[in-house]
Order: sequence, then structure tokens, then C-alpha cells
Amino acid sequence: MSAHRDPLDVVAIKKDFPILEREVHGGRLVYLDSANTSQKPRAVLDAIERYYTQSNANVHRGTYLIAEEATAALEGARAKVAKFIGAKRPLEVVFTKNATEALNLVAKAWGRANLRAGDPVVLTELEHHANIVPWHQLAAEIGIELRWIPVGTDGHLDLTDLDRLLDGAKVVSFAAMSNVLGTMLPVERLTAAAHAAGAIAVVDASQHVPHVTTDVAAWGADFVAFTGHKMCGPTGIGVLWGTEEILEATPPFLTGGEMILNVTKEGFTANELPWKFEAGTPPIAEAVGLGAAVDYLTGLGMEAVREHEVSLTGYALRTLTERFGDDIRIHGPSEPAERGGVMSFTYGDLHPHDLTQVFDQHGVCVRAGHHCAKVLMRQLGVAATARASLYVYNDEADVDALADAITDAARFFAV
Amino acid sequence: MPGLEDLYREIILDHYRSPRNRGELPAPPATRVEGFNPLCGDEIVVFVEVTDGVVSDIRIGGQGCSISQSSASMMSAAVKGRTLDEVDALTRSFKGMMSIHEQSLDGEGEVEIETDPEVKLGDLEALRGVVKFPVRIKCATLSWNTLLQALEESADA
Repeated sequence: MSAHRDPLDVVAIKKDFPILEREVHGGRLVYLDSANTSQKPRAVLDAIERYYTQSNANVHRGTYLIAEEATAALEGARAKVAKFIGAKRPLEVVFTKNATEALNLVAKAWGRANLRAGDPVVLTELEHHANIVPWHQLAAEIGIELRWIPVGTDGHLDLTDLDRLLDGAKVVSFAAMSNVLGTMLPVERLTAAAHAAGAIAVVDASQHVPHVTTDVAAWGADFVAFTGHKMCGPTGIGVLWGTEEILEATPPFLTGGEMILNVTKEGFTANELPWKFEAGTPPIAEAVGLGAAVDYLTGLGMEAVREHEVSLTGYALRTLTERFGDDIRIHGPSEPAERGGVMSFTYGDLHPHDLTQVFDQHGVCVRAGHHCAKVLMRQLGVAATARASLYVYNDEADVDALADAITDAARFFAV
Repeated sequence: MPGLEDLYREIILDHYRSPRNRGELPAPPATRVEGFNPLCGDEIVVFVEVTDGVVSDIRIGGQGCSISQSSASMMSAAVKGRTLDEVDALTRSFKGMMSIHEQSLDGEGEVEIETDPEVKLGDLEALRGVVKFPVRIKCATLSWNTLLQALEESADA
């Protein structure tokens, strides 16, 4: 064990997450798949239950007490999220279903209205499919040109040709942190380069907001997308942050109730920000849960969360390398301070599916597959990896359990 | 609780470590079809040659987990030299075995594909344990679905 004092009290934190008391296959649950979805603390579950048992009503229309409470709960959650990410005003925060919907909103609402045939849109090779496929659709529909910033063998972007790639670009859209390699991208540099080239900057911050202090104003981006369920919040709620200026210049995406000021037989007038983008009854309970998740993370302190994860990632990289040497191949940056707690690896010739099937017998939850990043997997020259990812409730014992499970898989398959 | 031994029978590991009919065939005359498992990124390539209604030759390429690779290996050994009718009956029996736990719409009963009890699955029986691990059923059926597509394309050619 390291002499380093953990900035988080993980023993206490584990008790905040009811699911971690569960037994699987006769042992404790070792959850190492938080890059996929995080577990939920009691405070979030309680907030959702309190909303449904005390204040459930539709928002922005009732004149009775509980409807006012529901509206205040939804808008209160928006304000919490805005403060958490450094937004100037809550109206810059649009609630969506998830980060995927947020990125689709950018490509399909802003993109369709503002891009023309031949306009270059620049992505990176390490993007999640959510930041690739909507642009592919736009390429098929209106003929935008896709360009790719390459990833080097060290897991970092290769920015050698950045100026040429950005020449004439209208959009630069990239992840703040890779969901496969854990690489932290130089967001401010890319944003500045995008603006210098006359492009807008879109950041997929799904893996960043849950783990690292996020300041959208400091980033200087135009759009930032992320999701609630990876940051201790419930599923079914995501966020698109945009500057007031660009949100005003973006036409509505989904349309219907809630997003209108007026509807006639001839047409409609869109509502004000942010409701213009929130058609239909919004995910109210989910927003309340996300607000509680923001409170929970703020209570832990995002500086402490990051420090804990850098330290535990370092422990994991050391442990896996010391125990398995050349048999294990861990992708991504080797320096913990330059990466998040996301570790993709392969072990010998063992297929990741077979590895994680053995892990399951140990209660160790790790994702295997292409992690919705097939472009990157092709660059790495692998079809699939196993991916262990850390969060606030993980400790060195969890990493040790993973290492023991790898040893058992190697024994079982006799490699 | 199903254990690892239910899934990874010795014969499966044998086919995984020493896959049968691994390689390629010139296409044409063979038919080449790629199959993908979108869940895990596994890719399988089936090369199949049909002569006078018989699967005269078959080769398997691609990469994947032990279940998808061993299932492909066993499939290739099982269908080589068989008539298209025999392959059809074998495919039904195999898929019947794999869909044993598929629920019917009313939620209670289980749906079974109509199969010919005379058909012997042989080594393929070893994959029966996969149904206890529902996520892996797609791994086991990938090569069979790819074969079906290849035989359809070969018939159209």
C-alpha cells in the first residue's frame, strides 16, 4: 500500500453507494466500469424518490403548489449544473436525453442550418461513435467533408498537421477525454485553433465532467456535451451547453410542446432559451437526480476526486505492469497526470470477452469490446480490448481484485 | 449459478486453440461474406464453395473470442461435404439449441425452433452451455448467420 494519503475517504464513500453492498457470485461487487456508467449514491436515489413522492407534477404550466415545486426543482437542477461547469447563465444549459442526443442536436440543428456542401468538419481518431455517426449522416445528406486529427502510438493526438487540417474548417469536434485510452486532450489549444481557423469548437466532455473540474468559459468552446449517468446521476438525462450566441443561432431540433411560444395554423414561434430545445415533458426526476449528483460531487470536491483518480490510476498501472510484465498491453498515455482512470488492455492472445467472462466469476465488472470507438480500435490494430475504469468509490483493493482475476483467467485458459 | 466450466467445455477450447478449416478460398469461384458482432467488434469471414448442391469446401477467417471462433471451427467441420438440405437441417438444430431460452411474447413459455430430432449435432452439443450466458449467444451464432448469408449469395450468383 502506498504511504500517500488518499484525498477521498473511500471507505465512507463506498457506504454512500447501496449497490456496492450487493454480493455477486458469492463475493463482493468490484465495479470497474464507471466510464460506461457510474453507480448512484443514496443522495441521488433519495432526491428522485422525494421528487416523486412529494412534488411530482408537470412543469411550466400548473398554477398549484406541487407544480411550482416541480418547476423549481427542474430549474434548480439546471442552475446547479450551470454553476458546476462554469456556465455564465443557466439558460446556456439545455437538458437532453444523453450526450448522444446533445451531439446530434449540434450536428443536425446547428449543422444543417449552417453548413454547406464541401465544408470541412474536423474530428479526431479517438472519438466515440456519438461524435462520428451524426457527422457521417450530415456528410451523406449535404456533403460536408470529414477530416481526422490522427492519434499517435503514445495515445496522444498528433498535432503536427493541425494547421493544414483546420484550414477552411467550419467545425472542430473532439472529446475532452478518450473513453478508451483515458487521454486528456488539449481542449483550450484545440478550441483556440478552431476559432483562429474560423470554425466552431464542439467538445464531447462525457468522460471529463464526472472526473475533472470543468470550466466551459475557460475552455472557450461553443458547444459542450455530456451525460448525467456517468457522473453519479440517473440515466435519461444529458446536457448540451452552448454560448447564448450560438444557441440563439441554432434552430430547434425536436419540436412539439414546451418548446413553443405560439402555434397557429400557419406555423410556430420557438420558445426562449433553453426551453426552445426541450420539446415535450422533460426528464424532470432525472434532472432532479442530476442536480443531487452535482451536489454530491461538489461535496467531495472535484480537486480531490481528480487527485484520488490520478493516484489510483498510478497504482493500477504499476500493479498491472509489475504483475504481468509483457503479457499485458495497456493502451494510452503512461503518465497518470496526463490521463483519466480509464485503462484499456489486452492480455496475451486472450480475447477480451473471454477475460471479462472470468472476471465476472470474481465479481469484477469490466467492459470488453470496441467501446463504441471502432475508428480508434482500427488505429490501435486491435478488434477489442478489456477496459477497466475507476471512480470515487474505487480503491487499491479493487485494483488488486482485478489483478487477481487476470491471474485466474490466465490460469483457466492456460496461457 | 452457471460456472465457467458450463461455458468453456474442453472441446470448445480445443477448437479455439486449433481451429479447423482456417484460411481463405479464391472468390470467385467461392463466395466470401463478412459477419460482424456489433456488441464486441468480432469479425468473421466465411468462404464457401457449393458444387452440385453440396458444400464442397469452406474456410474461416477473422478474429473473435473463444466462443465465436470455436463455433465457427465446429460449424465448418460439420457442414463440409454436406448437402444444402443437410446444412439447413443442421442450422435449424443448432439455432434451436441456442434459442432455448428465448421468451415468447406472453412472457411465460419458451419458444423452440422446430427441429428434426434425427439431426445429430455432435461436437456442437458442447456449445449448449452458452445459453446460460445470454450475452454470448450472439458469439456462438455469428458464424452460422454468416454461413447462411454466404449460401444465399452463392445461390443468387
